[in-house]
Amino acid sequence: MIQIKNLKKIYQTKKQKVQAVDDVSLTINQGEIFGVIGYSGAGKSTFIRLINRLEEPTSGSIEIHEKEITKMSANELRLKRQKIGMIFQHFNLLWSRTVYDNIAFPLEIAGVAKSEIKEKVMELIHLVGLSGKENNYPSQLSGGQKQRVGIARALANDPEVLLCDEATSALDPETTDDILDLLVSINQKLNLTIILITHEMHVIQKICHRVAVMENGKVVEEGDVLDVFVRPQSKTTKRFVQQLNPLEHQQDKLAEFINDRDDSEVIKLHFIGKNTKRALISEIAKKFDVEVNILQGSISPTQEGSYGTLFIELNGANDVLTKTIEYMKQAGVEVEVLKHA
Amino acid sequence: MLSEWFPNVIPEDLWIATQETMYMTVVSVIGTLILGVMLGLLLFLTDRGSLWENRAVYGVTAIIVNVFRAIPFIILILLLFPFTDFLIGTIRGWKAALPALIAGTAPFYARLVEIAFKEVDKGVIEAAKSMGAKAHTIIFKVLLPESMPALISGLTVTAIALIGYTAMAGVIGAGGLGNAAYLQGFQRNNFDVVVACTIIIIIIVFIFQFIGDLIAKAIDKR
Ligand SMILES: Nc1ncnc2c1ncn2[C@@H]1O[C@H](COP(=O)(O)OP(=O)(O)O)[C@@H](O)[C@H]1O
Ligand SMILES: [Mg+2]
Repeated sequence: MIQIKNLKKIYQTKKQKVQAVDDVSLTINQGEIFGVIGYSGAGKSTFIRLINRLEEPTSGSIEIHEKEITKMSANELRLKRQKIGMIFQHFNLLWSRTVYDNIAFPLEIAGVAKSEIKEKVMELIHLVGLSGKENNYPSQLSGGQKQRVGIARALANDPEVLLCDEATSALDPETTDDILDLLVSINQKLNLTIILITHEMHVIQKICHRVAVMENGKVVEEGDVLDVFVRPQSKTTKRFVQQLNPLEHQQDKLAEFINDRDDSEVIKLHFIGKNTKRALISEIAKKFDVEVNILQGSISPTQEGSYGTLFIELNGANDVLTKTIEYMKQAGVEVEVLKHA
Repeated sequence: MLSEWFPNVIPEDLWIATQETMYMTVVSVIGTLILGVMLGLLLFLTDRGSLWENRAVYGVTAIIVNVFRAIPFIILILLLFPFTDFLIGTIRGWKAALPALIAGTAPFYARLVEIAFKEVDKGVIEAAKSMGAKAHTIIFKVLLPESMPALISGLTVTAIALIGYTAMAGVIGAGGLGNAAYLQGFQRNNFDVVVACTIIIIIIVFIFQFIGDLIAKAIDKR
């Protein structure tokens, strides 16, 4: 478990003070993938670099497995860092070393014996799917392969936590998904806690269990990914959720479907978790004397289950419509009436 | 044919002069490499925002480097006469040229070394820190290998400047091809000896350039 309390970082530049991280408190559970999302300049990189003290906190405390990072001497910190893996947006591999030697580097730093290094490196190369590439130099690898080396290197000393600073932001969408899949499989195989920061909601949706939204150095919203997706509270969070589900901001396009007939209603449905698998629409069409017209729909899988959004138009007698809506609410689906009859 | 074009050249003497030039160059290149890398490292590491940030050490080192770079080489030799006499025991012969040669080129090379280190990706140094590397590990396993092509090509440039300096030192008594060109050639009106020395110096420069380029290219895996 990682416990962060009242963490602050103030950069003092010649012209001004920048409060890059402003009183952040978070608890990150063992074995979870915790995402931090925010726009550029929100303080995400500063936040993640405070965790292994690549930046010195101005105040506050960080505990990893009950050990207070913030109180450690330079030497204690150095040893602790061997147990905190980190991967970077631009991979930061040594171009002068082969894949094998890049992955061996943290083991050399930790003083591991040569024979053990060999065994461990080959195991890691296999884990990240780079078998056969061990003698290549980074310049001979694609972006995705470079990040795989970065991941293998970060895992070399069996870390307690993996920090990812925009690990997929320099990659194309397909490669991003491959790397995210790799992170999930590592999280499950090794029960490794992962903290990642990103500006892409897609990354959060695809692999995170919990998320914190950062703005101006502060955490403005925090919770289970599914909850945050379905019920975003802050304006920033809503914008991020929209980024992922273009339907949400196409609502005005639905206006043309919304007519003035008083026997029709336009409704937005939120399906969460197991409800996404339910054939609710055919149920109501059979059960009630209504016509269902499907306008738009989408479904988004997350680590904690899926959630879907569906826009439908219901036609029928007024009291039947009311009953139908009531029935859908009973079924555990969130119903939002966009246009009243 | 050779004796036709170069009637006054004594091959044995020219060979000795060539050897002396080579000795001077090779030993000074080694000295320059060691001293230059140490000074360059000190400049890099004590600079603002670096590993051992220290304004006083940086300031003093920078002043020493700049002062030695500012002194014209021919004057530096004269200035260092007492020091050379103390260190080598003589002020004549190729060995006596070494202190001045190294003092003249090491500060120049130190600046090239500093620039080479500054060009190492900050992210890679940061990655090493995030793995818990000690300072000496960062120096020997990150800074030096990652900047090696620039260190080598910088050394090539320095070595070629150094060959020029050996000739200057030769004129005032340090032996070598510069000395031969001046004493046996210029002073005795044997212009063919001057030309022969020039050709050999050009060949030596080309060899150094060729070897330097070859090594820099071979180790650059970027
Ligand atoms: N070394 C620094 N010195 C001064 N200001 C900084 C420094 N690093 C970051 N900042 C400032 O702190 C804020 C947060 O930056 P950063 O953590 O990089 O944000 P993000 O990663 O979310 O884009 C920005 O306003 C940035 O300009
Ligand atoms: Mg950033």
